[in-house]
Amino acid sequence: MNQLQQTATSPTAGNPPMSVPAEQAGTWQAVCSLEDIWPNTGVCALINGRQIAIFRMKSDVLYAIDNHDPHSGANVLSRGIVGDLGGEPVVASPIYKHHYQLRTGECVEDASTQLNTYPVQLRDGMVWVKTTA
Amino acid sequence: MNEHTRILVVGNGMVGHYFVQELVKRHPDLAAAKLEVTVLGEEPRPAYDRVHLSSFFSGSTAEDLSLVEPGFYDKPGLTLRLNARASSIDRIKHTVTLSDGTSLPYDKLVLATGSVPFVPGVIGRDRENCFVYRTIEDLEAMTAAGIQAKSGVVVGGGLLGLECAKALRDMGLDTHVVEFAPRLMAVQVDEAGGQVLRSKIESLGVHVHTSRNTTAIVDGATARHRMVFFDETWLETDMIVFSAGIRPRDELARESGLAIGARGGIAIDDFSRSSDHDIYAIGECASWNDEMFGLVAPGYDMARIACAHLFDDHSTTFQGADMSTKLKLMGVDVASVGDAHGKTHGCRSFHYLDELRQIYKKIVVSEDGKTLLGAVLIGNADEFGTLQQMALNAMPLPENPEFLILPASDGKEKPGLGVDALPDSAVLCSCNNVSKGAIGEAVAAGACSIGEIKACTKAGTACGGCVPLVTQVMKAEMRKHGMAVNNHLCEHFPYSRQELYHIVRVEQIRTFDELLAKHGKGLGCDICKPTAASVLASCWNDFILKKDLASLQDSNDYFLGNIQKDGSYSVVPRMPGGEVTPDGLIAIGNIAKKYGLYTKVTGGARVDMFGARVEQLPNIWEELIAAGFESGHAYGKSLRTVKSCVGSTWCRYGVDDSVGLAVELENRYKGLRAPHKIKFGVSGCTRECAEAQGKDVGVIATENGWNLYVCGNGGMKPRHAELLASDLSKEDLIRMIDRFLMFYIRTADRLQRTSTWRDNLEGGLDYLKDVVINDYLDLGAELEAQMQHVVDNYQDEWKTAVTDPEVRKRFRSFVNSMTGDTNIMFVKEREQMRPATPEEKQQAKTIPILALVE
Repeated sequence: MNQLQQTATSPTAGNPPMSVPAEQAGTWQAVCSLEDIWPNTGVCALINGRQIAIFRMKSDVLYAIDNHDPHSGANVLSRGIVGDLGGEPVVASPIYKHHYQLRTGECVEDASTQLNTYPVQLRDGMVWVKTTA
Repeated sequence: MNEHTRILVVGNGMVGHYFVQELVKRHPDLAAAKLEVTVLGEEPRPAYDRVHLSSFFSGSTAEDLSLVEPGFYDKPGLTLRLNARASSIDRIKHTVTLSDGTSLPYDKLVLATGSVPFVPGVIGRDRENCFVYRTIEDLEAMTAAGIQAKSGVVVGGGLLGLECAKALRDMGLDTHVVEFAPRLMAVQVDEAGGQVLRSKIESLGVHVHTSRNTTAIVDGATARHRMVFFDETWLETDMIVFSAGIRPRDELARESGLAIGARGGIAIDDFSRSSDHDIYAIGECASWNDEMFGLVAPGYDMARIACAHLFDDHSTTFQGADMSTKLKLMGVDVASVGDAHGKTHGCRSFHYLDELRQIYKKIVVSEDGKTLLGAVLIGNADEFGTLQQMALNAMPLPENPEFLILPASDGKEKPGLGVDALPDSAVLCSCNNVSKGAIGEAVAAGACSIGEIKACTKAGTACGGCVPLVTQVMKAEMRKHGMAVNNHLCEHFPYSRQELYHIVRVEQIRTFDELLAKHGKGLGCDICKPTAASVLASCWNDFILKKDLASLQDSNDYFLGNIQKDGSYSVVPRMPGGEVTPDGLIAIGNIAKKYGLYTKVTGGARVDMFGARVEQLPNIWEELIAAGFESGHAYGKSLRTVKSCVGSTWCRYGVDDSVGLAVELENRYKGLRAPHKIKFGVSGCTRECAEAQGKDVGVIATENGWNLYVCGNGGMKPRHAELLASDLSKEDLIRMIDRFLMFYIRTADRLQRTSTWRDNLEGGLDYLKDVVINDYLDLGAELEAQMQHVVDNYQDEWKTAVTDPEVRKRFRSFVNSMTGDTNIMFVKEREQMRPATPEEKQQAKTIPILALVE
């Protein structure tokens, strides 16, 4: 745990957040190492008081969406089962099993519900997420 | 007709009730249709299922057998009078007088008085412990007498007689059948078939005496009665049941001068009218063309026709009935179709006799060999549906009709019926008059399981004999509608759960990735992943949070706790049999207090602690494990609890040690993963305080061992468990439970409880008995070995989880922070905490969360 917190405040060399082009608003933050997310599962990161679910899919493809499930009101999406529906990567909420598309944040059963998605990158074994303030 | 038409129905048996149902179907609002309907029933309860009366002995209650939906007779315009016996009809005044003197007027009278068991004029037939087999009261009296008796005799070797013999045998009596005719089931079965049937039944331990005419019943020397036969031989027994046929109850009609059939029964025309056109007669009391019909289907037919005629609908007429029957007597298939005895002029027959396996089959064909006239099947009646439809619809026979009954050889397909060749008008379920066309309509309307078909068409819900054929038709119809009988699990696997289970077993697959790579596509989903996880666990029983298995687990298994609406978890330690020490209770109390958890005693007799945040779970469990507890698997589709009553150890009525057995069973099957959750109950006597008959597996102590009940359920759709086997030793009981559970795990769909599984099981309870008890599929040893593997590989999941640092690390709210989810908030209610509502969260009225993580 200690180690993690250290990494979060002192990013390793390679592609530090400063190299992100300035016109893209928001800030990149290192959240955890890739190993902290077991393959085909998610974790929740607390970034500036915001809960963000980060998923590690096949071939280490990463997605980040809100952790809050609006259909249940609980902060649980990072604990859902991931997979695909018709080829589109999704997570199923563990409470009432609504599916959310990981790329767009759209709820499959209820297109009017839209979650925020966040840019996420893997840099030198670390997972970075960009949030706006 | 008058302004109000008064319809009086005498008799509330199966047919009388069916008539009223037909009436209500035509006029849902009887009052608005100006109908005043009065129904008289002489028994103390409304209509019940007499066809399945014998199930009363295997645990069905009078309520289970009832045919009357709650509230049915409370409709305006409808009156049901029970314990009401009609004593005379005044056809001139149009009144019926009851035995209590009341007189009821009618405009139209419907006689559905049924029949009475025929008791031969034997001296001594009124002695104590001599019974007939017709009503629930008769059965109750038999059961009571059976407790004291050691032996029992059934007089009559017909269909009902043999059912009754089964009941006596199930009561543990030394059972005899005494038949007047030279063979059993003389009406339905020919000489050779009777022989096979007899040896089958004798091999089950029932003594059969044919060509025996009883002349007197007197005091016995070694038992209560001595039955003396015409040749002065005798047989001693403690109780006697007469089941020597039935006689129509036509005395009301006789006394009021209605025409009577040549062999008795109220003579009726094609509209079911008696000689007085204001009086109809339906069911077993009626005689059409001097013929009477002791089956329920023709009775229903008459009820429909009479009801139609009453409302001037003359489109249907009674034209006799197909008396084909199929039943299972003591596990022996017996069926007859059409002209079973080959009485048609010039007919030819084919016979097949297997004396080793005791199977006899015969078909009777027309002189030109082109159509099937009749058939007899003993020992195996798989072809019944096919043969019945061929005979009924005069369908052309295949070129070599003998292959219809010969066993299939060398993998050659037997000539089937080809359900597509059946006309839409073909009646598949004769009990409820359901045609092939009606099944097609139900499928078109979306029914695509046999359970749904039963629910919406009623096909197969009376005698059940047509279920295999109805299933065939359903599948053919589904294919026709392009629904392509598709039981694929989801878009990632073109297999049913049962097929996936088989693949995993045979190919020894141990991970989802391997299964997906070899047999599926895409990434998987929240349907196939938990299903695969369950199948893998049922087969190999590896730790479910291993790195390659964790991602497959459903919400609850994923963190080994039941996720609650706010994202917190509940914690349930196992208390086998509901037994817990004072120290154990104190430990739980201390832990709940320390972590600020809400506590409640569950329906499964253990303690549930609510409100734990995910990062608290490992610490809570560490403390529970230190106090001697294990995971209760309250979160798993797996064995939950084995509920028990206190049993013979303490209870003054207890017959055996139910707690001891419950503890042993719970410890044996704990951790077993299945298609859905499994609950057990063990009761120490028939008072059944553990409510075992509402459980997936129920065990009840008897004087001679343990009775095993299966496939019960409480919950949304309560279902009484059915008796699978009686008086088992503990060792045999465990073997049978091993087989039953593994067979369920092997064949059920995902999230299918044993009750639904059983409702959809082709062949029903008899098939289940064949597989589990009689080992018909030769699977017994394999199923037992598979269960033993699971038992031997049990581990306490929580112990493994808290001792593995990698696994333990997963239990946290945030990957980058040690804090908890601040959205989980509590307020106080009745001295404990509960989740805060969104409004309460806004107003910040919540109480602090105790003991986070150290």
